[in-house]
Amino acid sequence: MALLNLSSPHHHSLNRTSRLMMWVLLATVPGLLAQSYWFGYGTLINLIWACALAVSFEALVLWLRKRPIKPFISDGSALVTAFLLALALPPFSPWWLTFVAVLFAIVFAKHLYGGLGNNPFNPAMVGYALCLIAFPVSMTQWAGTESTLNLAQQWQWFWTETMSGGIDGYTQATPLDLMRHPKGLTLDELAATNPLLGLGLTASAWINAAYLVGGLGLLALRIFTWHAPVAMLASLGLCSGLFHMGEPDLYPSASQHLFSGATMLAAFFIVTDPVTSATSRKGKLIFGASVGLLVFIIRSYGAYPDAFAFAILLMNLAAPLIDTYTQPKAYGHQGNKDNER
Amino acid sequence: MVEYLLILVSTVLVNNFVLVQFLGLCPFMGVSSKLETAMGMSLATTFVLTLASLCSYLTYTYLLRPLGLEFLQTISFILVIAFVVQFTEMVVHKTSPLLHKVLGIFLPLITSNCAVLGVALLNIKKSNGFIESILYGFGAAVGFSLVLILFAAMRERITVADVPAPFKGAAIAMISAGIMSLAFMGFTGLVAM
Repeated sequence: MALLNLSSPHHHSLNRTSRLMMWVLLATVPGLLAQSYWFGYGTLINLIWACALAVSFEALVLWLRKRPIKPFISDGSALVTAFLLALALPPFSPWWLTFVAVLFAIVFAKHLYGGLGNNPFNPAMVGYALCLIAFPVSMTQWAGTESTLNLAQQWQWFWTETMSGGIDGYTQATPLDLMRHPKGLTLDELAATNPLLGLGLTASAWINAAYLVGGLGLLALRIFTWHAPVAMLASLGLCSGLFHMGEPDLYPSASQHLFSGATMLAAFFIVTDPVTSATSRKGKLIFGASVGLLVFIIRSYGAYPDAFAFAILLMNLAAPLIDTYTQPKAYGHQGNKDNER
Repeated sequence: MVEYLLILVSTVLVNNFVLVQFLGLCPFMGVSSKLETAMGMSLATTFVLTLASLCSYLTYTYLLRPLGLEFLQTISFILVIAFVVQFTEMVVHKTSPLLHKVLGIFLPLITSNCAVLGVALLNIKKSNGFIESILYGFGAAVGFSLVLILFAAMRERITVADVPAPFKGAAIAMISAGIMSLAFMGFTGLVAM
């Protein structure tokens, strides 16, 4: 938020925390709809469950700390965390997976540090990364695009993790996973022999485009500045483009990187988190570009096919140092070395 | 050449001594409350670790192995490392009294640091050559310095945060270190070593 030096009469800015959070929630709706269209009801069930849990945990911690409950609940930050987690978790998450993720996100990553504005790590990403390491099987049961569960089946799976005929008929490897382990084939051969790759890529391209629309809406409302998302997308696009030019058989193209996995969700909804990313403009550029670079490295060489949770946590922990060294000089102090810092 | 680069990536990121192998935790928790102290400590540790892995390699290859005294490796490494650290302390004392004052007890503490002895013993276990040993020690030190400095910058911010009373100080620092370790798990599989 820019601090403009305006003369009177002053007009109140409506950018209160709750209003910002409400816009962020609204902007996820296109992505949410696209995700539900391709992968079924799972994301919606996740979302309702995660919101209920997040608000309850938030209220519980505030009650334990003897803080006023209503003002902190109504700022909507717990709901944003719940939304991001529900969108990031696979549609076939059982209830306990979301429970563990939200518990860690709200209680450990947010409130042990003192609540909104004090947390050094993005709560949703802490919850996600924890589950990815602790429950790799549940976290990689991603829904397929061909046949989705109906609401009753989804509901049954959500509570009991049982399914007549098994869940395997409905799960499918994500495109990034397929392209990371091509089993000796080149990427072109893989696309020709495995029709699921093309389908998966189409689905994730639609979902990413929907998040892009929501994100651009937030940008137009000036909820955040362009620096971090543009730097992130540019560095990811540049790295993947260069490597794709060098060895197109091994490395997916820039557009496949930009429109698959959680790229757009991360670029517009997670990297732009005002609390856990760098503060200055230069800092935001460094932050975003480093996230993009780390995502490319981990996606191409690491053990995890999509890397956003780790890349963002790694840069979250670097953000205070970035802030220390990119502190803008106060006006009138340019070139005056003695007055720096 | 590629092999040397892989050793560096492996020790700095993938098998980070502090966050993945959990070595050298005492200075990680002890010297990380201020950024400037952390930087001094990082420089001292880099110097000591690189020199210690060099000395221990020479000791092992040219003294212990020809005499068939490999079973004395731990005790002789401690001796060599203690000498090296004492030497560092004398150098710092003469060249930068301020740094010496800031580091205080921590420079002698590196002597009994598990990371330093760990590097020396792991070098022997992995049967690293001369240059590999030095790079392994240097990479370990760079990884240590990296997380120490990042952690110190973050702790300066946590100090002013509204942390619940029971979690103030060491408790929240341990939780942060745990989340940092979680983040470093993302590098798993980057280099198979």
